[in-house]
Formats: sequence, C-alpha cells, structure tokens
Amino acid sequence: MTAAETALLLARFQFGFTISFHFIFPSFSIGLASYLMVLEGLWLRTGKPVYLDLFRFWVKIFAVAFAMGVVSGIVMSYQFGTNWSVFSDKAGPVIGPLMAYEVLTAFFLEAGFLGVMLFGMKRVGKRLHFAATCMVALGTFISAFWILSVNSWMQTPTGFAMNAQGQFVVAGSWAAVIFNPSFPYRLVHTVIAAYLTTSLVVGACGAWHLLRDNRAQVDATQASHQAARKMFSMAMWMAALVAPVQILAGDQQGLNTLEHQPAKVLAMEGDFDPSPDGAPLILFGLPSNADGKVHYKIEIPKAGSLILKHDPNAPLQGLKDFPRDQWAPVAVVFWSFRVMVGLGLAMLGLGLWSLVARGRRKLYDWTWLHRAAIVMGPAGFVAVIAGWITTEVGRQPWTIYGLLRTSQSASPLATPAVATSLVAFVIVYFAVFGIGVWYILKLMEKGPQPHEPEMAEAPIRSAGITPAAQMGSEP
Amino acid sequence: MIVDPTLAYIWAFIIAFAVFMYVVMDGFDLGIGILFPAFGVGEERDQAMNAIAPVWDGNETWLVLGGGGLMAAFPLAFAILMPAMYPPIIAMLLGLVFRGVAFEFRWRDPRHRAFWDFAFTAGSLTAALAQGIVLGALLQGVHVTGRAYGGGWLDWLSPFSLLTGAGTVAAYALLGSCWLIFKTEGGAQAHAYRLARIAGVAAALAVMAVSVATLFIAGADYQHRWLTFPNVLFAAQVPLLVGILSVAFWWALLRKKELMPFLLTLGLYLLCFAGLGISMFPYIVPGAVKIVDAASPAASQVFMLIGTAIMVPLILSYTAWSYWVFRGKVGESAGYH
Repeated sequence: MTAAETALLLARFQFGFTISFHFIFPSFSIGLASYLMVLEGLWLRTGKPVYLDLFRFWVKIFAVAFAMGVVSGIVMSYQFGTNWSVFSDKAGPVIGPLMAYEVLTAFFLEAGFLGVMLFGMKRVGKRLHFAATCMVALGTFISAFWILSVNSWMQTPTGFAMNAQGQFVVAGSWAAVIFNPSFPYRLVHTVIAAYLTTSLVVGACGAWHLLRDNRAQVDATQASHQAARKMFSMAMWMAALVAPVQILAGDQQGLNTLEHQPAKVLAMEGDFDPSPDGAPLILFGLPSNADGKVHYKIEIPKAGSLILKHDPNAPLQGLKDFPRDQWAPVAVVFWSFRVMVGLGLAMLGLGLWSLVARGRRKLYDWTWLHRAAIVMGPAGFVAVIAGWITTEVGRQPWTIYGLLRTSQSASPLATPAVATSLVAFVIVYFAVFGIGVWYILKLMEKGPQPHEPEMAEAPIRSAGITPAAQMGSEP
Repeated sequence: MIVDPTLAYIWAFIIAFAVFMYVVMDGFDLGIGILFPAFGVGEERDQAMNAIAPVWDGNETWLVLGGGGLMAAFPLAFAILMPAMYPPIIAMLLGLVFRGVAFEFRWRDPRHRAFWDFAFTAGSLTAALAQGIVLGALLQGVHVTGRAYGGGWLDWLSPFSLLTGAGTVAAYALLGSCWLIFKTEGGAQAHAYRLARIAGVAAALAVMAVSVATLFIAGADYQHRWLTFPNVLFAAQVPLLVGILSVAFWWALLRKKELMPFLLTLGLYLLCFAGLGISMFPYIVPGAVKIVDAASPAASQVFMLIGTAIMVPLILSYTAWSYWVFRGKVGESAGYH
C-alpha cells in the first residue's frame, strides 16, 4: 500500500469512528428533547407532579448527552476541512450553505434556549420555560432536517452543475438541491429511528425500576414507582406505535435506494449475479467480493424480487452488471443491514408484547416483558449505527454518488499526522464518552425522585445539595 | 455561477464577524478555564463555573458558524487552511471535548471533581493555545500548490506561531478575569481584579511582541502595509487607540469599575481585529489566495446571505435574552436551595 493509500484509509477510519460516536448522542437527544417537551406540556396541562418529576429526571440526562453531542459535533464540522479538503473545495458551494443554515437555524436555537431549559425555570416562569423546551426540541429537529439534506444530496445529487474550477455549483433552484430524491425518505427514517431509540432507553429505565420495585414489594402508590410506571407505559406506547411505522419507512427508503443507488441495494442483498427470472432472498451467508459470490447462503427463491419489486418473477440486476471498482465491500453492508432489520423486528415484537400485556392489564406485572425491555434498551443505538454503516459503506466508492470518488476527496496529509489524530480520537472518545455514558447509567439507576429537584442553579455548593449528591456517591 | 466581488467582501466581513463573536464570547469562558487553577477549590470555582454554565454552548456555536461559513462562502480557503493547520485544529477540537464535558461531568462525580476541573483547564488552555497558533501560522503564510495546501504537516510550528499562541492565552485570561469581575462579588471578585492586572500586563506585552514580530516575517509585505507613507497615516491609528484604551483599562481596574474593564477589553480585541484586517486584506490566505479568488459562486453566497440577514439578528436577540435571564451576580442567589 502506498503512503497516500494508507493516509486515505486512516482518514476514512477516523471519519467513520468519529461520526459513529457522534451520532449516538443526537439519535438520543432528538427523541429525548421531544419527550421532555411532551412531559412538560402534560405537566402544565394536568398539573400532575409525576410529569414534573419525570421532566426533571430526564432533563439531567439530556444535559449530559447533549454536551457530548455538541463537542463531538464540532469535531465533525471541522473534519470536512481537515481530512476531506478536496471534497470541501468541490462540494462546498452546494452543501456548505445547507450546513451554514443548520448552524443559523438549529445550533444557535438549541444552544440559546438550552441554558434556560436547564437552569432557568425559577427565573422565567413555567410558560416561558416550556417555550424554551419547545425551542430546544425544534432545534434538534431542524438540525436533522439540514444535515440529512446534505447527506442525501451526497447520495442522490440533483440540481447542480460544474464550474471551470471543477466545483459543484447550484444550477437553478436551491429546492432541487435541498429536496433531492432520497432526502424525504432518509429524514423520516432517521427521525423515527431517533424516537424509537429514545423510547427504548426510557422503556428500559422504567422496566429496571419496575423490576426493582416489584422485587422489593414497594407500595404501588409511592411517587417514584408511579413515575417508573408512567415512563414505562409511555415508552411502550411509543414502541408499539412507531416500530411498525419505521418498518414501512425503511421499506420505502429501500425502494428509493433501489431506484437511485441500485448497486447499494444489491450489496445489501448479496446479489452478485443478475437474476433474470426473479431474485432470491438471501437470509444469511458469507459474501466475498474477491470470489464474487455469497458462501454458505441460505435463501428463499423469488422472495427478493417479491420484496424489492413486489413481483416474484421480476428480473433484478446483479453487482456483476457494474464495474468491479464500483462495488462496495459487500460483507459489511450485507451484515450491518441484517443487524438493523433484525433489531427492527425485535422492536416490533416488544411493542406487540407490551400491547398484549396492556390488554390484559399486566403491563406493570409481567417481569419477562420488563427484562426484555431492559435487554432492548441499547437496541436502538445499535440499529441506528448499523443502518448508517449500511448506507455509508454501501455508497462506496463514492463521496458524491457516481461523481466524486472517496479516494479523490481526501486532504493531502502526511500519514503520521492522520495516524496520530486517529489514535488520539480513539483514546479520548472511549475515555470521555465512556465515562459520560456511565454517568448517564448512574443517573438512570437512581431513578426519578418525588419532588425531583431542579438542576441546581448558581451557585452550586461543592459540599451542599448538588445533583451529584443524588447519585448516591456522596454522603 | 459567477463570483461577485461585492458579495465576496460582504461574506469576508460576515466570517470575520462570526470569528470575532466567537473569540470574545468563547474567549471569556476559555479564559475562565485557563484561570481555573488559581481559584480556590469549592465555592470560588463553583461560582466561576456557574458564571458561564448557561451560555458556553451558545458561545461555542459561533466557532461552528465561522468554520461552516468559511466552507460555504470560501471553500477554497477552507480546503487550504484546514490541512495546513491540521495538528493545532485537531488539538483544539480535542481540547474543546474535554472542557465541554467538564461542565456537566464535574457535578455528576464529586469524587473525581478535581480531575474534571483539571480537564476543564487543560482543555481550555489547549484550545486557546491552538487557536493562537493557527492565527500565527496564518500570518506567517501558507504554502499553496494549485488548489491545495502544499507544505509539510509541521509548517505551522514556528517561534512566531508559538508567540501568538501564548498571546491568545493571555488575552483570553484577561477577558475571563474581566467577566468574573462583572459576574462575582466579595472575595471572588477581589481575586478576579488581581488576576485581571496580571493578565492585562501579560496580554499587553504579548500584543506588542506580536505586532513587532509581524513586521519582520520573511517574505511578507507587512512592513509595506503598516510603515510606508501614506498607509502609515491610517494604520498608525490602531496602535494609538490601543494605547489610549489600555490606559483607560488600567484606570478602570484601579477605580474598581465592574463592567468597564470587560467593555474596554472588547474594544482592544476589536482593534486587534482591525490590525489583522490591515495585515491581510484583500487576501484570505495571506500572500497566496485573495478573498475574491476563494469565493463561492454568487448563487451560494446570495442564498446564505438571505438566511444570515434574517437569522443573525434573531440569534443576537435571543442570545441577549438568555444573558438577561441569567443577569446579575452569580453569588447573589446564594442559598437558593
């Protein structure tokens, strides 16, 4: 491997690593911000203290997750320039403005109102505080809108022309760039994924406390138990209603991808050979790019065409219809796709199970349901990352699909520089964000308290009542 | 699809504005991070932290606007400068990771609070130093080949860039101490006054050293820009005003003014920015790429200008509102619980 190839590979590792870590936090905070908005809204409407307890409990977790999302996000915005400078020069005139709009309409909105949301309830009053919470939630959504538009444009570029310097420039209407063909599907699929991810985390937290309370035979009227019941119930409603919608949204995105990026779908399906009489559905196997086939495959005849074309006999292309230097690494895409779909089906199962339990008025009693909910707590994150790996590895070897190759996008950097930064990111991210996740788990384990105190506002005494003291790690 | 010079200059001004907003707003909270070890463990540190906790995130957003805006409005400059400054930029980003999470983590884990306080300082110091080094590396010139950076990965490192790095640390510390004078009272405030005097002297020396050293950068035309007639008539106003404001600043410190030292420091920052403008205009990569040559097509710049014209006034309004909500001394609500 030449030095330039090594540097390119390291830069790709670095981007993949930092974006995967980063996206864990927004996929949680997009959903959690909306959940907080709902909780505070219900509290204002009903006046029931359980909603305020839950709000104050989850807002602390939100603060930790959001801080990690912010700092890992700043890294992303600069990495376009540091590691992908050729891409930035060429694509900057088209996607740069969309990212600038994200900063102007979303990041400032979140950041501007976050302080009030976290610390300001006593200072501004309930209604204005609720408005601040709504603004933070709106900000997370607007942010998703813009960044997914950027990502989708890179997958399905439209509305552009090339100038004399070899840059992509807008050809006519910005709407053609922003609302590119894959954007609506990706936006819906990603935002629903965030809601589903959050509901599974909330559900797992509620289930944990239900199990513990049930074992300790806690009085069911106790406030903390009521809060655990409420969050479990809300989360299971969300999972039951949204998981089926997500499966439909995913199917639609798959069909959209087949239309615009057929080679990606063929990699997801493991279809190396064309199937003129209808493609099988390969359930499992070991795809090999080198051999151009899937080893040890288990398949259902014609089912692939049935799913993708809604006709068992419809012909389907194979990867061999495309030049070999345009194949994605099929094994990665094939398996990450199966992880995502498998977890999606498990989420659907959990939602249906909770509906059965609810129908029999056993939602708070079926301990195996609670255990399953705990196991499924991190499933949303895994599915989200697996989904992104599918779409991002699946569009290789392109950064701008069909137009600009990844190998022609990178910065002219020395290998030692990229190697050092990659090692530094790996160490710092695992240490810092690992500790942050551990703090979040500690907060979750403590659970919502009756009359949950607000996030301590100035000054927080080191030796006095602090949020940290509620973790039980200080006497 | 054609570049419009007027638009390009408007955008150069907007980027400069975003960078200025970032430097002064994150400057005071980075400065507090730099000074953190000087504060007593316990109440004084908690007060210093609480003076910035509700606003740091918004302050840092200006950095994203500066970077994102540069990519959108001047993609060529972004593509040349980021690889040229690779190590300091990465160091800055990692520094910002540590200090950003320290705001939350120090409250979550009292047993390891000393560690997170250290991380807060180390992260703030690294970020400030790296930003100053980037400034110096920019002024000393960047090797450009075609449409890309053409130098080595350690070209940014020089005595001059280390000097600008140290100067930025001192200048942020000055801004941080002035913010604390404004936001605290009693013992913490008295301490902040003392720190402001030290940081003020250090920053003044650093600004003088950087100004003089800039004139002697090899291969650059800074002497021509600053010292030849008639340029000097205009350019000399900057150091003259710096001198006046510095005297006023010292007077305000001695008279125990609370807001005035902070405002005068802002004025000094603005003058330093004007000085940078004199040194750089009309280049965006000094000596190599002009503002108009790096600019995006007019279509991109117009599209963003519409959003900027609508959003920036709104952003400034609700940012001001947020500062207003958390107005007053952080010590005043003692015993709030």
